[in-house]
Amino acid sequence: MDVRPREVRSEMTSELSDEQLREMMRHMIAARVFSTRAFNLQRQGRAGTNAPIDGSEALVVGAAQALDPTLDWVLPQYREPVGLGRFGPEVLEQYVLYLFGHPEGGHLPDHVRVWPPQISLATQIPHAVGLAWGMKLQNQTGCALVFFGDGSSSEGDFYEAANFAGVLDAPVILVLVNNGWAISTPTSQQTRAKNFAEKSHAFGIPGVTVDGGDPIAMFEAVSDARTRALAGAGPTLIEAVTYRLGPHTTADDPTRYVPPDEFADALERDPLVRFGAELMRRGIWSDEDQIEAEATADDTMQRAIERAEKTPLSRSEFFEHVFAEPTPRLARQKREFEQLHGIGGGA
Amino acid sequence: MLEAINAALHAEMERDERVIVFGEDVGINGGVFRATEGLFDTFGGERVVDTPLAEGVIAGAAVGLAASGMIAVPEIQFLGFSYQAFHQIAGQMARLRYRSRGRFGGAITLRAPFGGGVRTPELHSDSLEGQFANVAGLKVVMPASAADAKGLLTTAIRDPDPVMFLEPLRGYRMIRDEVPDGEHLVPFGVANTVVEGSDVVIIAWSYMVELSKRAAHLLADEGTSARVLDLRTLVPLDTEAIASAVEDCGRVVVVQEAPETNGFASEVIATINDDAFYSLEAPVQRVSGYDAPYPVGMLEDDYVPDVDRIVAAVRRAVNAQ
Repeated sequence: MDVRPREVRSEMTSELSDEQLREMMRHMIAARVFSTRAFNLQRQGRAGTNAPIDGSEALVVGAAQALDPTLDWVLPQYREPVGLGRFGPEVLEQYVLYLFGHPEGGHLPDHVRVWPPQISLATQIPHAVGLAWGMKLQNQTGCALVFFGDGSSSEGDFYEAANFAGVLDAPVILVLVNNGWAISTPTSQQTRAKNFAEKSHAFGIPGVTVDGGDPIAMFEAVSDARTRALAGAGPTLIEAVTYRLGPHTTADDPTRYVPPDEFADALERDPLVRFGAELMRRGIWSDEDQIEAEATADDTMQRAIERAEKTPLSRSEFFEHVFAEPTPRLARQKREFEQLHGIGGGA
Repeated sequence: MLEAINAALHAEMERDERVIVFGEDVGINGGVFRATEGLFDTFGGERVVDTPLAEGVIAGAAVGLAASGMIAVPEIQFLGFSYQAFHQIAGQMARLRYRSRGRFGGAITLRAPFGGGVRTPELHSDSLEGQFANVAGLKVVMPASAADAKGLLTTAIRDPDPVMFLEPLRGYRMIRDEVPDGEHLVPFGVANTVVEGSDVVIIAWSYMVELSKRAAHLLADEGTSARVLDLRTLVPLDTEAIASAVEDCGRVVVVQEAPETNGFASEVIATINDDAFYSLEAPVQRVSGYDAPYPVGMLEDDYVPDVDRIVAAVRRAVNAQ
């Protein structure tokens, strides 16, 4: 088994069709547009704190392109949902609901194989491993892909879960998004390892470092990992290297700690600009395509916002789904709450 | 009690092939107490799995397994080690149904022995039921008899929600009673009067029920009729049985092994305050561990509640004017 990290791949060489490449570009643009609109919604006081995807579009879209949305699962952290359009329009629609603070935002329909956003860092990695293990036990074709960050790689859950996945040969793909920063903590203060893929040595699983700004490189790495997973060869750790082209979240001011020169350099390598230029060089993308993709994404976001604003909500909704059936005590509390507020049949 | 737990595991694995048992040393070794004895031979290494030594991912993987459609029955070797899994149990397992709005259930029964009295090393004896009962989304089940261990474990494995199934370490071999053959289910949320009595009710759970029964028998000799109410499950809680017992007896002692402050006994007393305050004829007495970490062997007999302390508390309750 090759456990040495591979070099960063930057050559765009895959056999994706022109239409697939254009589709990936559209998803990347949409991710940026959705994310920017979400940021502005927070500034307007209409949405809660959120984490812009800027800089991670290529790695999310490239990874999603390598998966089969009817068979494979994605467990995001919180930055990725806007890039998962390939898994269906419901991912964005529910994410907007989530940002508005509506509990149904965590509910995706059964055919959409995406988990709700995860706030507690790295805790979704054991879930992905357990899910993949369960799929294997039930002879289901498919795998689970989990996103987490360079900061999350310092959590015990990462080490425990990656080790566990290796021992069980679980069909799981561990995508470590190295965007240079964990809020204000640079990767240099996160680890002494030469790179994050190197940590795969400890688990006896393959580890690769990929240019996370290149969606084709990401597509290829995840395709390889998926092939291994489905063949019963177990997990793969993929370190997707990129740069966070914005604040950690709407609550963060990166000018306090990001070196301006470093940020300016990273902006020069904006994955959207790079991929757009590459597609134009191939003659399969134009300025008109760009404008149309942005406008379409903006419309989609507008509809998602309008839908979210119209989604009804009961004040007693937080009593639901604690258990399959409420305990007598919880049911009593709900009755009292509804009486207090004159809701429904509680009076 | 151990045989009853083992029998329930065998029966449920036989009944439903989605049931998977995993944890540290549960496979070939059959568990350090032999609770999972024979499962590996009967059901094989795919369904009875020795895991790496990592409580956090044992609990966390259970969440993913349950979401995949399996019925997860993880074991934490000693409940005190679940501190290393608390973030997964409280932060994740308890709320996946809630955050996914019912899409992903939590068919998980997490088994763990707990409690003192057998000279274990540090952190093997902690009673954490109050902490779990304070986590919305978890059920907390604490059998006090072998028959209940079988019946409640069977119910737990068939329950669609995460259940903390806490087994009294001292009771594994010291609690012996008739266990019904064949399928045996005990519903959650139904307390059990294990000793009849009318002067005072002793409310307890898990191994403290065993001690309370002994106390009741001693008290009978001095003419005090003490009832013993075994709560069986803390979540859901049989508040009606508590209120009814208080109405009948008027005097109450609540016994727990955990430290006094913010233990589940406090919740029981608050429930009495809510539902049966005017039936009280005396202040409710509480017997518990102390607000010190569970001590090592040479001191534990003075720390953990015993029959004498329960008897003394009953006398205080009965003699109060």
